Formats: sequence, structure tokens, C-alpha cells
Amino acid sequence: MASVTLTGAQKRFGNVTVISGVDLQIADGEFVVFVGPSGCGKSTLLRMIAGLEDFSGGSLQIGGKHMEDVMASKRGVAMVFQSYALYPHMTVARNIGFALETNGMPRAEIARKTREVAELLKIGKLLDRKPRELSGGQRQRVAIGRALVRSPDVFLFDEPLSNLDADLRTEMRAEIARLHKELGVTMIYVTHDQVEAMTLADRIVVLREGRIEQVGTPAELYAHPANEFVASFIGSPRMNFAAAADVPGRGMGGAVKLGVRPEAILLSSSGLAATLERVEDLGHEQLIYVRLENGRLWTLRAAKDADVPQPGAPIFLDWPDAATYGFDAAGRAVQRSAA
Amino acid sequence: MSRVLARRERRAAWLFLAPAIVVLLLVAAWPLSKTFYLSLTDANFGNPDQYGFVGLRNYADVLDDRLWWKSLSNTLFFTVASVGIETVLGIAIALLLNQAIPGRGMLRASILIPWAIPVVVSAKIWEWMLHDQFGVINAVLIHLGVIERGLAWMAEPGLALWVIVFVDVWITTPFMVLLILAGLQMISKEVLEAAYVDGVPAWRRFISITLPLLRPSIGVAVLFRTLDALRMFDLSYVLGGNSQKTMTVSIYARNQLVSFQQMGLGSAASTWVFFLVALAAILLIGLLKLHKPAEG
Amino acid sequence: MLSQRARRKTGQWAKGFAVALTVIYTIFPYYWAINSSFKSGQQLFEVNLWPSLDLVHYRALMGDPDFIGSILNSVIVASSTTFIALALATFSAYALGRLEFAGKRAVLLAFLSVSMFPQVAVLSGMFELIRWLGLYNHVGSLVLAYLLFTLPFTIWVLTSFMREFPRELSEAAMMDGCSHWRTLTRIYLPLMGPALASTGLLAFIAAWNEFLFALTFILTDENRTIPVAIGLISGNSRYEFPFGPVMAASVIVTLPLIVLVLIFQRKIVSGLTAGAVKG
Repeated sequence: MASVTLTGAQKRFGNVTVISGVDLQIADGEFVVFVGPSGCGKSTLLRMIAGLEDFSGGSLQIGGKHMEDVMASKRGVAMVFQSYALYPHMTVARNIGFALETNGMPRAEIARKTREVAELLKIGKLLDRKPRELSGGQRQRVAIGRALVRSPDVFLFDEPLSNLDADLRTEMRAEIARLHKELGVTMIYVTHDQVEAMTLADRIVVLREGRIEQVGTPAELYAHPANEFVASFIGSPRMNFAAAADVPGRGMGGAVKLGVRPEAILLSSSGLAATLERVEDLGHEQLIYVRLENGRLWTLRAAKDADVPQPGAPIFLDWPDAATYGFDAAGRAVQRSAA
Repeated sequence: MSRVLARRERRAAWLFLAPAIVVLLLVAAWPLSKTFYLSLTDANFGNPDQYGFVGLRNYADVLDDRLWWKSLSNTLFFTVASVGIETVLGIAIALLLNQAIPGRGMLRASILIPWAIPVVVSAKIWEWMLHDQFGVINAVLIHLGVIERGLAWMAEPGLALWVIVFVDVWITTPFMVLLILAGLQMISKEVLEAAYVDGVPAWRRFISITLPLLRPSIGVAVLFRTLDALRMFDLSYVLGGNSQKTMTVSIYARNQLVSFQQMGLGSAASTWVFFLVALAAILLIGLLKLHKPAEG
Repeated sequence: MLSQRARRKTGQWAKGFAVALTVIYTIFPYYWAINSSFKSGQQLFEVNLWPSLDLVHYRALMGDPDFIGSILNSVIVASSTTFIALALATFSAYALGRLEFAGKRAVLLAFLSVSMFPQVAVLSGMFELIRWLGLYNHVGSLVLAYLLFTLPFTIWVLTSFMREFPRELSEAAMMDGCSHWRTLTRIYLPLMGPALASTGLLAFIAAWNEFLFALTFILTDENRTIPVAIGLISGNSRYEFPFGPVMAASVIVTLPLIVLVLIFQRKIVSGLTAGAVKG
């Protein structure tokens, strides 16, 4: 078990800078999730920690020891790949035990450890099968088992659930959360799915274009996004934005742009004028799309049985002042003046 | 700055490549340079260690030889005719094989047979079939009343080279078919179905969809086959012997080297062959735009 | 105006006819060789579609030590060449298909251009090399010389096969502590069976069929390979037609190849096209 510290981490491929100076401290036993749009460098950063990519600059410490020049297998980290990367010609048991075999561990010991891990992951009955005979969820468990058997200090997950269907995804999410709780080991998890990020993470790291935009607990990121990017990235449906001038009476000192989360907005008899465009009934709730007078499309949420006007109807939007987010010209969040 | 992985990977890569590179330096680079070197000398096969430098005289001597020009024109005629026919035939058979028709498996298997037979054996089989007195082809033609007396195919000046072309087409069309078929199978069915639904007639679908999408496959196949045809040796050597009617540049060069023991002159001829093939490769790669990927 | 259905039916018939014609075109010459190989004496000169099953030529060939020797020579040369080419090409394919290093493209292009060399262009240089190594008139000379065309080709095809494997396999192996050697031998090699089989078969056929080097570097009958032996079979006098024995010999040396090719049909096609279409 170990802490992970990145200092000024950089990665360039030729002239393209993929990671530009990332500083990050991850505590021992913490579950940290890297999120961001595709191409933000989250996977690259994970692969640098894993030892699959060289550092172009900066340093990495795991458990207080410098690791940026240490081989992947000697860093005390294990990784679960997006495609699982199981060895197709080996049985489940050999897949799990292969790292130990490579390290020259005695056979009996390997068999014992493999069985232990398989029991923990409930794949004890599958040990003699080949990967192609397994379902997606089972393959996922084997991939986790392969990482687990090495008793790593740090677990790395690279979008591990993106190849599973929705039901299995929920199940495996719970499984990974359970493992984290039972093992208490440091975990770093990359995803583009913010639901995974919000549900699994102790802390979320939001990345964009190779830089950290914000680090914080899920609640912090949701309630206090540091800038417009984080505000729009966290939360679903995403936050509604408008120029401050277009939303009279809601201005905040220094803010040129305002944002309101869909769940904060209420249909009202007065407030911001808009036209109702379309209603999506999701069963458990309704999503309402409205067009502001300046042409922007906003989204709001309503309860499943709420009384919603017909499309085309003129409506008014209202929300508590505390739910207004303000952003300056550079996109930075403007602090609400303490009232 | 750390470049551990990249350095480790680079070192491993060259270590893994080393054996193949050493072998190819030995059997390709060295002999080629040696051939080039010998082409500048008057070395003799019987006594290859004693020679003097003659500059480019051997190259000029080859160009002064009428037989060289005859061989060159034979080779070019053979290349253009056989690759041309093979390409058309190859596309036709590939299109046939790409459809759900009875006997497709049989055809797919049978097409591999001419390809697997050694060229020498194919040459012998055809030599026998084309025999002037006892050949099955003459017998069939006489039976059908096409000819009255058996033709001496390889002895007729106008026929000999065509016979070589015909046999080469038999031997190598399978290769064309397989490459073009692989290209056909990469074309998405939906594109053609969309055109079918739009009412585009079959021949138009072929001309404006299939053929352009097949361009890379056909290009690669034509490139391989052309380079092969330009250096052709065995078929002509076995079927035509040393006859001038069918002599190729490779046979010419080997004759100078081995039969006439003229290592210097033969090496110069060999080097001309090398330049010929290299030129064709460069021209074809440029012409067929093989370095550019196909659209779609 | 024909109905859609009638038109389709005639179309099917036309296609069936085309298929039959093509099959006859590709198969008949070999059938004729088999047919002729079973005829002896005067029968050979009669055009007869059905063979008489006379084994005289086969018996004669089986009793000919030079012929048996040539087969043996060909087997030795073709299998040694194939084995060496596959081994070296597997290493190279791992480097070219899996590792990143400066100059990779140049190396690939160099290998490709070697495969375009006309054989006759290296003939005199190769002759010198073989004399220098003391391999003249020795089958070893052919094993060496055949690497000229088998090695670039096997490297090219195996590299394109290697690229088909997901890159994450290498990375998983790396996380598991594998050296590059172990990654190649324990992860990729077991997965490459089908690729090695098809590439190997292609290399074997190329070596088995080679004529120019075999004709030039081997001097005496007992060291000849099969294609040259068949090419040089002649009658006792110029009025004798050795086609019976030649056809029998042709059948003997070709039948195993054809059987192999038909068994590995699909793999061969993927091997032939792997380098060309995707490369």
C-alpha cells in the first residue's frame, strides 16, 4: 500500500504535448478517478504511472520512492486494461498466475494464490477455461484477478467497464467498490463516464488538454466547480449557460457568463422568459427543453407526474439565487459574495 | 528526463532484427555489390580471381549486342501481354468467386493447383500438351477441324512467345485472383446494396464503385506480377531452351555468365536487369499511387 | 421481355457454366499429366482421356537413386530454408510489428526492396560468396541463397500478422514482468501457430520450386533438387520422348504440395494476402 505523488509530470509525443506539468498527490488507500473528454490525457497519465509510457519530464513517487525510471513490473502497481488483454492461449488459472510464474514463484504457491484470488472474485469454477469461453463480465473478473494476485500497492484501471453492457457495468462497479473497501489499497481509475466517477471516487481529478482543471470530492466538484469546463463536465444533464447580460437581475460581480443546473430550475409564472420546445418522458422523470429568447437551448428536469405545458407554450424559468454560478471572461468561477 | 522504456525498446528492436539484417547483408547486399563490382571488370568464370578493370565497357558491350535488345523486347512483350491478360482474367474469376454460386468451393480449391505446381513442372506439362505430333491440344484442334496438321507451337516464330505468355497466364492468374478476391471481400456490401436500391445498373456499379475500391488490390497484384514477369527465367528456359524467339533478359544474363563464362559482361547484363526491375518498380508505385490509401 | 426470375435463372446457368469452364481450365493440365504418367510405350502417343494405370514409369523412378536423391535434396533444402527463415522472421516481425524505434520504416522498406531483387542480379556475387564459403555443388549453398527471397517475404507477412494482435497483450505482459524475449516466446509465439503454418508453407513452396540458383550452384546429378532434375530429364537418344517419366516425376513431386495446399487452403490465402492488401 502506498501513496502516489506526481510532480510536474510531462509527456510529449514528438511535438505534441499530451501531459503538460501535472502535480498530484494521492494518499495511501485513496480511490482517485481521472475524468475528462477523450484526448484529455487521462489514459496517458495512468500509463505513465503504470510504467507503460516514459516521462518526458517531472517525477513520480510511489510510497515515497522515485519510480519514473523503474520498470513497470517493479513499481508495485497492477493494471486492468480496457480490453482486458487476457492471454488468449492460457487458461484462466494461468492468466492469473502468469506474473507469479514470470517471477519464478514455486508452483504450489502460485496455485494457492490463484485459487485464493479466484474465490474472492467468484470465478473459482472457471479456472480451467480459456478466455474465449468466458462472458464479458467473467473476463473482467479474470483481468481484475490477474492484477490482484500480485498484491500490488497501487491498482490502476483504464476504462475497465466500457466494454460491458449497462447491467453488468453496475454490478462490476459495485464489485470494484467492494474490493477497494476490503483491500484498502490505493486505486486510480480512468473513465469518461461521470456516473462511474461520482459513485466510485474518494476524489475526482478533472483533466483537459493535459492539465488538471480541478481536484476534489464528487460533492465538491458538483457544488463548487472551479471553472466553466468542470461545471459543464460534471452533472447530467449538463449545466445551462447564458451570457450574464441575457439573464437580467441575476448578475454576479465580475461574471460575464452565468450557469444554472437543470435540477435547480422551476417552471414559474415569472422569471426568465422562454418557449417550451420538447418534453422527453424518461419514465422516472421528465426532461424539458426550452428555448431562451436569445436562442439558447436550456434543459430542466421535472418530476414524472409534474404538469408540463404543451410544446410551443411560452413559459418562465425561476431558480434560487444560490443556484446561480458565475464565470469571468477566462471561464473561472466567480465567488458568490458572502451575503 | 527519462527515456528508459524507449531506450530499452530500441535496443531490443535492433537485437531482434540483427540476425535477419546480417543474413540479408550476406545474401543480398554483398552479392549485389559484388555483381556490380564484377561488371566493371573482365573477370572470367573459369578463373574468377584474376581480372582487370575495364570501366563501363561491359555495359556498352551489352547494349551493342543485338541479342540483348531481342531479349529485352521479348521480356517487355511477355510482361505486358501476360500481366494484362492475367489482370483481366483475375478480376473476372475473382468476381465469379465472390458470388454465391454452386461449385464455388471447387473453383476456389482448383484455382490453387496451377499456383502450387513448380514452374518447371508446369512448363513440362504444357510442353507435352503442346507437342507437335502427340500433344493433346493439337489432337483436339484437329478433331474440331480448326487445323489440319499438328502445329509445332514452340517452333513457329509468331507463336512461341505467345505460348510462353499463355502458360504464364495459366500459372499465375491464381495469384491475381486471390489478391483481388481479398480486395473484393473488403468492400462493404452495404455500399453496393445502396447503389442497387438506387437503381444503378450492374455494369455501372462495377465501373464506378467496385473497380475504384479495388484499385489498391489490383495495383499491388499488378506490381508484384510485373516485377516477377520482368525477371522471368525458368518458364522460358525450360519451354524455349536457348531459342532467341523466347529469350528473356534473365536468360541472356545467365548465358553470358555461365554458358560463355564471361563474368564481367554477364554481371553488366545482370545489373541492367536490376535497373530495369528497379525502374519498373518506381514507375508502377508512382503510377498506381500505391503509397496513397484508397478512399472509403 | 424476360421475367426477373427467368433472367436470374439464365444468369445462374451462365455463371455455373463459367465456373465449370474455369475449373476445367485450371485442373485439366494436371489431370493430363497424371493420365500420361500411367501410359507407357505406344499408349503415350494416343490421345486417350482415361488412363491405363500402367505403373512402369513410377517403378523406374523409384528405382533411380538420383531421382530419390533429388527429392531428398529438395526436402532438406526447402525445410531448412523454411525453418531458418521463419525463425529469423519471427524475431524481426516482433521488432517491426510490436516495438517502436527510429528507422523502422526504413528497415521495412529495405526488406521489401530486397524481395524485388531479380535473382539474376545477385547471381555472380552469390556465386563468389558460395565458392568462398566452400559450398559450391553443395545443397547448403541453396539453403543460404534461398534466404534471399524467403526471408524478406516471411518477415513482411509475419509483421502484418503480428500487427493484428492487440497491443495491450504486450503491455499486460510488461506489467506481469516479462522481458521482450519472454513476451515473444510465451505470449506471441503460441498465438502465431496459424500464421507460421501458412507463411511457412508459402516459403516451403517457393524454395521447393526454385530453379535458377539450383541450376547454377549445383554441378552434379546427385546434388540436384527436384525442379532441375525434372528439367534435365532426357531420353537416351534425341528421338526418344521422355514425357512418360517426366509426367510421372511431375506427379510425384507435385502431389504432396497440392494436398498440403488444399488442406491449408484458407490459411494460404490469408498468408498470401496479409502482406499485400494490408501492408
